[in-house]
Amino acid sequence: MHFAFTETQIEFRDAVRQVLAKECTTDDVRAAYEAPAARTGRWDTLAQMGITGLAVPEAHGGLGLGLVDLVPIIEEAGRVVLPEPLAMTAGVAGPLLADVNTTAAGGNAHVVRWLEGVASGDLTAAVADARYPRLPVAGADGADLLLLVADGPDGPELHGIDAGHAPVVSVPSLDPTRRLGEPAWVPSPESLLASGAVAAWCIARTADRAAVVTGAELLGLADAMITRTAEYAKDRQQFGKPIGSFQAVKHLVAGAQVLLEFARPAVYGAAWAIDDGTGDTARAASVAKAYASDAALEASRISLQVHGAIGYTWECDLHLFLKRSWALAEAWGSAADHRARLIDSLLAEKP
Amino acid sequence: MDRPMDLHYTDAQEAFRAEARSWLDAHAPAPRSLASLDTAAGFEAHRAWEAELAADRWSVVSWPEEFGGRGVGILEWLVFEEEYWRAQAPLRVSQNGVFLLAPTMFEFGTDAQKQRFLPPMASAAEIWCQGWSEPDAGSDLAGIRSRAQRSDDEGGWVLSGQKTWASRGAFAEWCFGLFRTDPEAERHRGLTYFLIDMATPGVTVRPIPQIDGESGFAELFFEDVFVPDDLVLGEVGKGWNVAMATAGSERGLSLRSPARYSRAAERLVDLYADCLERDPDRARRSADSVAQAWMDAEAYRLNTLWTATRVLDGGSVGPEASANKIHWSQTDLSIHRAALDLLGPEAEFHGDGVDAPWLDGFLFALAGPIYAGTNEIQRNVVAERMLGLPRG
Repeated sequence: MHFAFTETQIEFRDAVRQVLAKECTTDDVRAAYEAPAARTGRWDTLAQMGITGLAVPEAHGGLGLGLVDLVPIIEEAGRVVLPEPLAMTAGVAGPLLADVNTTAAGGNAHVVRWLEGVASGDLTAAVADARYPRLPVAGADGADLLLLVADGPDGPELHGIDAGHAPVVSVPSLDPTRRLGEPAWVPSPESLLASGAVAAWCIARTADRAAVVTGAELLGLADAMITRTAEYAKDRQQFGKPIGSFQAVKHLVAGAQVLLEFARPAVYGAAWAIDDGTGDTARAASVAKAYASDAALEASRISLQVHGAIGYTWECDLHLFLKRSWALAEAWGSAADHRARLIDSLLAEKP
Repeated sequence: MDRPMDLHYTDAQEAFRAEARSWLDAHAPAPRSLASLDTAAGFEAHRAWEAELAADRWSVVSWPEEFGGRGVGILEWLVFEEEYWRAQAPLRVSQNGVFLLAPTMFEFGTDAQKQRFLPPMASAAEIWCQGWSEPDAGSDLAGIRSRAQRSDDEGGWVLSGQKTWASRGAFAEWCFGLFRTDPEAERHRGLTYFLIDMATPGVTVRPIPQIDGESGFAELFFEDVFVPDDLVLGEVGKGWNVAMATAGSERGLSLRSPARYSRAAERLVDLYADCLERDPDRARRSADSVAQAWMDAEAYRLNTLWTATRVLDGGSVGPEASANKIHWSQTDLSIHRAALDLLGPEAEFHGDGVDAPWLDGFLFALAGPIYAGTNEIQRNVVAERMLGLPRG
């Protein structure tokens, strides 16, 4: 039992934090609102650091690490509202392709090419939420690779397709950097990656990983909002003193901080459970996502309230954090979705 | 030091678990078979149980062997607690001593004090109560007015004043209390932490029936109570610092182990499954709160392991203890509130011949956001010391 990150993991996280503090300011996020793009110079920097391929096997150009290594980095992406699809590409598509590759007899040439593309940063991927295979997919507009779920004769199937072969219709989002897209495609034997039990296995693992990395992104967002709000509450004066000296304000901020404190180990523990592969990873992922969603939504709520009218303006940066938080809180299962999933799982073991 | 993250207990820890489980299976009384520890008879029955625990060195596993423990670490203590709650063994009548005073005594006590007090604390031969709050000093603890006056002739202090809400105060043999030794000093200074024999002349105890009708706490009156110098814990005038160490134990890792809530959450899921059979519509309306309560307990377990690892790696627990206290007190309430909703009209059944564990647990949980410093005070601590907001 040793529930902590290693010094190496902390140093890697800190290096990413430094890079992103320079390369992903709120002005940069605003620029991405005007011209959303999947790949940027910033993406190339992250790829050169090995981050896009962090969870890709070394044989395919990655670092061969796990979710525990990746989660603190995704947290940093959340902290700066990173516009590029790092969590989906590095945290979900890479490991999913690696799963598919281990199950495909003799390997699949497309999958290997895509794994290498994820590792090198040459492609970004969008992954459909298996619960909503027909809804717009985050990151699909402008992605290079689409990993999609479709209903097949033996249950859900997993398909992959180079985006060039599947026209994508953009769908507007409150957060334009989400780049929602509706792929206009027809599943075909050529795009089939897995069916039957293998597909079910891949899809279940993907849902858990996506819940956890999305949870990690929400942790970073919540921390950033609470920090900004505490700073604002120290500066803003009313009745002749900082509003942060009033208990009504303190208690709002403290309540969100307590939720965040307890969401963190839930996300880290779920990342470890998935890497470790023993125990009930679905339950761990559900606790992680439910707690992270609730923490980020509470941080959003109190941040807007403590900022007051200025927080409701386009000029104030807060809305960049709010909009991403609201989107991610619902993505890959809301807190309520995960509580429902958990209760079903708890009941399933009763006689 | 670069150990990879690992949430498995070691083989040795699992062996320790097996040993604890086997002992508890053989010795623990049937669940809820002892009278309430807040009655005179129940207090003695719980004392006898703790003596049995101590006889085989299970009462204070994390203490050094010379004081009755097994010298194991915090993780083994958590494992023991998991087994203790799994066995539904009795509540700990010596919790104020074992979980709160003892960590403080290990940090601040003299060797003589440790030799004198820890072994009988471990065996429950001496049970401790806490003498902090006063009628006019609750959340504002630094406002206490009970005084200790120097008596050079006798080599000690003469205590006078009144304490209240002293948990276990109705029946305890000893009290750890805060008294003002320097009335001129600024509020937080001039306080001293005393160890008081409740049999000393001048101590009067008035039990206070709690919300459940039992005497879980008491008022304590001190009229010229002499306490010798060797019963001061820590330095004279530094009682606030000593008390804050105790408060850290009360809010942080020591008082409320996660197993308590994990076990209650498991029982809640059983209750939910029963309710699905009897009244499926009612059950489904509570599904979300049952899941939330289970998650609250699980998040507490993970956060405890996270914090325990930090402590084992040489870190400390600061204002995070306040976040911890808010979380465990809310978790206890969310579990029990969900249970009462599942019970519906049966939730109010209580009285002679009725076993009402959920209602009893709910009544107990209601105190959580109040004792150990109200949750409002804890939110101030989180805001001021974790986030740097200015004092009001």
